[in-house]
Amino acid sequence: MTSAAMMMIPKFLTGPEELTVEGPKVLFTFNLLGLKINFTETIILEWIVMAVILGLSYFLTRNLKVKGISKRQVIAEMAVDAITNLVRDTMGKRWLWFTPYIATIFCFSIFGSLISLLGVRAVTSDFSVLLTWAAITFILITWTKIKYGGVGGYLKGFADPIPVMLPINILSEVATPTAMALRHFGNIAGGSIIMGLVYYGLASLSHMIHLQVPVLTVGIPAVLSLYFDLFSDFMQAFIFIMLTMVFISNAGPADDEPA
Amino acid sequence: MDMGEAIILAGSAIGAGLAMIAGIGPGIGEGYAVGKACEAIARQPEASGAVTRTMFVGCAVAESTGIYGLIIALLLIFLKPFT
Repeated sequence: MTSAAMMMIPKFLTGPEELTVEGPKVLFTFNLLGLKINFTETIILEWIVMAVILGLSYFLTRNLKVKGISKRQVIAEMAVDAITNLVRDTMGKRWLWFTPYIATIFCFSIFGSLISLLGVRAVTSDFSVLLTWAAITFILITWTKIKYGGVGGYLKGFADPIPVMLPINILSEVATPTAMALRHFGNIAGGSIIMGLVYYGLASLSHMIHLQVPVLTVGIPAVLSLYFDLFSDFMQAFIFIMLTMVFISNAGPADDEPA
Repeated sequence: MDMGEAIILAGSAIGAGLAMIAGIGPGIGEGYAVGKACEAIARQPEASGAVTRTMFVGCAVAESTGIYGLIIALLLIFLKPFT
C-alpha cells in the first residue's frame, strides 16, 4: 500500500492504533468542604440513564385504565408483576415494600450497562457507582438488623456464636458489599476490555493482510458482544438484586416468626 | 527503558498470567453447580424456576474469586502499579 493511498482513508476508518485502558474521563474538579471531587463523564451518563428511565416510566404509565387497556399498559403491568413476584418469592410477603428499591436498582443497572452499546463508557464499569449501590445495600442490611434485633442485638451478633469469632464476623460484614460491588464491576469492566482486545486484534489482523480499513471487525465481534454485552449485563443486574434481596431478608427474622 | 523498569514490566506480565490461574476454581465449581442443577431439574421439572434462580446466584458467588484474579491481572497489565 503506497503512502498516497493511505492518505486518502480518513482517520476514523482505520481502526484503533493502540490499545489503551483508562478510567472515566475527568471533566473538571472542584472543592467541596476541602474534599477534591472529580466530575467525571460517568456522572453525565448516569443523568442520561436516569432521564431515559424516568421518560420510559412516564410513557408507560400514562392513561392507565381498568378495562380496554393499551399495549403500553400491558408492558408496564407485566414488568411490575414480574418484579413483584420475584420479590415475593425471594424475600417473602413481609418485604414486599422493598419492590420499588429493587426495581430501581435493576433498571439502573441494566440501562447503565446497555448504554455501552451506544459506544460510550458503561456507567457500571466505574467502580464508584457499584460501590455506592453496595453501600446502600449495606446500610439497609444494618438497618434491618437493628430494627429487628435492637442495637444490643446487632452488636451481640458480632460475637456469635463465640466471642473469638469477632474479627471474622467484622471482616465478613465488610466483605459483603465489597464482593457485591467487585463482582458487578469485574464482569462489566472485564467484558468491555475483552471486547476492546477483540476489536484491536481483528483490526491488527486486517492491517496485516493489507486492508487499510479493518473489514474483519464487521460482524465477527457481534457474536461475542451477545455474551459480553447483552447476557452479562442482564445476568449481573439480576444477580445484584438477588444478592441484595437475600442479604436483606436474611438480616431480619424468617417469615413465619412473629416480628 | 532501563533494566529495572524492564524487569518490573516482565514481572507484571508474568504475575498477570499467574493471577488468571484463579480461573480454574470457579470453572470447576460452576460446572459442578450447573450439572447438579440439571440433575435437579430432570428429577423435578416443576421446580425448574427456583432451581435456575438459585443456581445463578450460587454461580455468581462462586465466580467472585475468579473475578478478583481478573481484577488483579487487569491492574497489573494496564495500570502498572509498580512502575
